[in-house]
Amino acid sequence: MSADSTTAGATAAGASDGVPLYDVDNPAPVIEPPRKRTGKTPKSTRTNFELYGWLFMRLSGIVLVVLVLGHLLIQLMLDGGVSKIGFAFVAGRWASPFWQAWDLCMLWLAMLHGANGLRTVINDYAQRDNTRFWLKMLLYTATVFTVLLGTLVIFTFDPNIR
Amino acid sequence: MSTPTLDKHSAALDAAENDASHLISVTFRIRRFNPEVAEDASWQDFQLEIDPKERVLDALHKIKWDQDGSLTFRRSCAHGICGSDAMRINGRNRLACKTLIKDINPEKPITVEAIKGLTVLKDLVVDMEPFFQAYRDVMPFLITTGNEPTRERRQSAEDRERFDDTTKCILCAACTTSCPVFWNDGQYFGPAAIVNAHRFIFDSRDEGGEQRLEILNDKDGVWRCRTTFNCTDACPRGIEVTKAIQEVKRALITRRF
Repeated sequence: MSADSTTAGATAAGASDGVPLYDVDNPAPVIEPPRKRTGKTPKSTRTNFELYGWLFMRLSGIVLVVLVLGHLLIQLMLDGGVSKIGFAFVAGRWASPFWQAWDLCMLWLAMLHGANGLRTVINDYAQRDNTRFWLKMLLYTATVFTVLLGTLVIFTFDPNIR
Repeated sequence: MSTPTLDKHSAALDAAENDASHLISVTFRIRRFNPEVAEDASWQDFQLEIDPKERVLDALHKIKWDQDGSLTFRRSCAHGICGSDAMRINGRNRLACKTLIKDINPEKPITVEAIKGLTVLKDLVVDMEPFFQAYRDVMPFLITTGNEPTRERRQSAEDRERFDDTTKCILCAACTTSCPVFWNDGQYFGPAAIVNAHRFIFDSRDEGGEQRLEILNDKDGVWRCRTTFNCTDACPRGIEVTKAIQEVKRALITRRF
């Protein structure tokens, strides 16, 4: 099979003078079957990572509906809507541990939920292994950065900053 | 040996063919690929007069027998049981032997191409080996322990009903090759393999369910399913494929927690 495709490549060079490129003895190469076991095929993992990931998406989704809709309601609808939001408003809210916990939960759940969602999108859509790897690295870096920065701000927020 | 019979009926056959009022003109646009001629696949149109109550497979036969003998496709039983002739007709995976021409708008050209996601070998014939590899990987056979009973293995009607839907699979690959996850990454087991695992996982006589669940818990197992329902839509046997996949997911979760 591989010998055939090399000879097909050789005839391709001299095909300009009306000689057909392919014939019975050198057929055109066909695309490699997708599930063929090769050396590059990843080994089966035997972990429950995907199971927990799947479950996390469902559970965090339910919690996020409450957290995010509540957040939007407070920020945009109640007490004069978006115009009331300022440094003082945020400082006042984060004075209470309840809102700190709320925002922390929302930050972590939303970021991990979104990151896991994007991870599956990348797994499904990236065509080449290299593209897939680097897109995921970019995603993980961005996620870790945002989560850590947000957590840092929530815990070290100083309302008297000038 | 059948010549006398043919002679006897030839007058009637001729009359039927002359009375062409029930025939309509249909264009079949077929995706041709022949690696011995060219590297690229291309569309080729075939015009034929055909009864709209005939099936797409009959039209393919007419083309192969009367117009172009090089047209290549698989078919065995031609009655929707063997699962050989799954193909993409008007953009949907169907069995050519179960699709009537009148049901797929014969006024427009009817496109016929090979099922997607597998290597096309010639015209409508694909390499099914990766598909059957995934099928073999889920161990689609009865696994038991202990001595074999001297009589048949008994099962209640309810226990049989539990996996009845997934026993209908004919391994035509219509579901697996309609799955966008499989198109992109052939390492995914695909709906057909999961359906056939489901058939044994939920069989009360079988004791290998734990192993099969472990196999499907893999990162290329059931968790890659995005519930797009393409497989359920494509299944010519009407198996609720996506539901079966979800049941395997549920079994995995209830097993763990």
